Amino acid sequence: MSTFFDIVASAGLWAAVLRIATPLIFGTLGALLSERSGVLNLGIEGIMTFGAMAGWLAVFNGADLWTGMLVAALSGALFGLVHAAMTVTLGLSQHVTGLGITLFASSLSYYIFRLTVPLASTPPTVTPFQPISVPGLSDLPFVGPALFTQTLPTYLSIVIALLLAYVVYRTPLGLALRMSGENPHAAEAQGVDPVRVRYGAIMAGSALMAMGGAFLTLSAFNSFFPTMVQGRGWICIALVVFASWRPGRALFGALLFAFFDAFQLRLQTVLGNVPYQIFLMMPYILSIAALAVMARRARVPQALMQPYRRGER
Amino acid sequence: MTGSATGLPAKDILMRLERREHRPLLLVVLSPILAVVAALALAGLLIAAAGAPVLEAYGRILTGAFGTRLAATETLTRATPLMLTGLAAAVAFRARLWNIGAEGQFYLGAIMVAALGSTALSGLPGPVLIPLLFTAGAIAGMALMLVPLWLRLRFSVDEVVTSLLLNFVAVLFVSMMIDGPLKDPLAFGWPQSMPVADHALLPKLIERSRLHIGLAVAIVAALLVYLLQSRTVFGLQSRAAGLNPEGAVFAGVPLARTLVKVACLSGGLAGLAGAIEVMGVKGYVTTDLSPGYGYAGIIVAMLANLNPLGVIAAAFFTATMFVGADGMSRALGIPTYIADVTVALSLLTMLIAIFFTQYRIRR
Repeated sequence: MSTFFDIVASAGLWAAVLRIATPLIFGTLGALLSERSGVLNLGIEGIMTFGAMAGWLAVFNGADLWTGMLVAALSGALFGLVHAAMTVTLGLSQHVTGLGITLFASSLSYYIFRLTVPLASTPPTVTPFQPISVPGLSDLPFVGPALFTQTLPTYLSIVIALLLAYVVYRTPLGLALRMSGENPHAAEAQGVDPVRVRYGAIMAGSALMAMGGAFLTLSAFNSFFPTMVQGRGWICIALVVFASWRPGRALFGALLFAFFDAFQLRLQTVLGNVPYQIFLMMPYILSIAALAVMARRARVPQALMQPYRRGER
Repeated sequence: MTGSATGLPAKDILMRLERREHRPLLLVVLSPILAVVAALALAGLLIAAAGAPVLEAYGRILTGAFGTRLAATETLTRATPLMLTGLAAAVAFRARLWNIGAEGQFYLGAIMVAALGSTALSGLPGPVLIPLLFTAGAIAGMALMLVPLWLRLRFSVDEVVTSLLLNFVAVLFVSMMIDGPLKDPLAFGWPQSMPVADHALLPKLIERSRLHIGLAVAIVAALLVYLLQSRTVFGLQSRAAGLNPEGAVFAGVPLARTLVKVACLSGGLAGLAGAIEVMGVKGYVTTDLSPGYGYAGIIVAMLANLNPLGVIAAAFFTATMFVGADGMSRALGIPTYIADVTVALSLLTMLIAIFFTQYRIRR
């Protein structure tokens, strides 16, 4: 039992929690924003992959790291525009369109990467975001190394989560967003244009997803390789349900999930005789379990997955 | 965000979409062709951006896929698993059961065959063993698909995400098996499963090629699914479940039971695809047995407009792109991923094409 406490009591674990959580926070918030407006975006896995590639490629070609993040966000928004055009304007199946976007965006990122970066035995790298030390706070015993030695995008993801919680519940924009996702006809009657709200939410959400992907190549690692997103996008979709479509809980859910993930990574070294694949399965099984527990309790946006056509019920 | 000052909708409607009263047959038949042409044109832009001659690239894809006897048999070999995973997606989607887990079901079918075909059942004679292994692979796929369905029926969990997440679990499970109990001790440390017995390997359709009788099995499966959907009560019920679940229940369709049958059929077809790939092509299982056959099956099903017979043609097109791109890539230095891009694009263009068989634009 003592090993479990040793793991939990190490500052390294808590530093890893924040690092593992960051792409999930970005992705979950992006998916949440889109779903709050009434549109499921299963393009997330591919958009994260494309963001990882585009951000990395920009930096590899000489751009600075924040420009890389911006490039990723813009590319994400562009895929969001395609998703919005197909699901909002044409009202096509959100499931199939999203999967199509995922397949398209991920294969396109491999294509562009292979075309611009020739095959090499060691993958080319960039200098990633460096951990910053917060004066005063980083020197605190335990709490300092655990929470205040992250890279800037990690802090940014937490700020965005809090900002989104404020916008969704406390601003007219958030009200318009929620109305579009709950009852677009009523929204229209109140002078809100659900079509425009949905376009905006999907594009902004996709930009966040792509930034989550870019975090992988520009902060967590320093190179891009195919299949590196490893289902994180799908986990984010599950986390949105777990969070019951609330930004604050999404932040909590991503951190909780990352805690389990960081914990099992450390447990692997202690329990050497258990096949490592068992540990790698855990995040996926955990996501499924979270869905099973929360699916009925969560409050789904009432118009989620219902296309909106003006004057048509 | 807000409307204009008058409270009326801010912008005039420039064009309006109007539902067609009839779906013109010509348009329905032409839609996949138009979708593929549009996808090829868009992918052509990417080939041009890479500085390669577009028409020559497409020419080389065709010769790469059919130029020689070997190439043609290779294309048909590649089309075989795609037909089965395409059917798996088509039968599920028709009932609005979103089985995105064909990749995992494929792998479970494959590993089941490796487990039983290498030792446990290898004493049986071929004519008994082969159908038995087909069945075992299909059952493994079914079992995996029943998990997301059970979660949907019991906890109202969307099966898209759960079936997707199970793909990762299934591949890790296969990795664990070929690292552990099913590891081939003669593979010089490479993680691969023990090979299935020689008499469990599928007979070849054409000598000196990789083409095996699995192709015939897949085509027969497509015909059977077609008959099942068009001629049986189950076909009608699964369609009703997809078109209007509440209405179907009202009309006396046992919704849960129908969905269980659909899930078994869909998961079984994907599991069978994995079984056939092991017994027909490789003889053993590795974690790169499938270059995304499960996901490509979704595209095949959509290109076929969920029609089982259309699946045969759509799988053929997809295999052509994948096999042809290999040769084209070597000759022109275009990454083979262009095949994946084109096929994924054709899914998106097909969705739009289907839309325009149902709606028209009115100014």
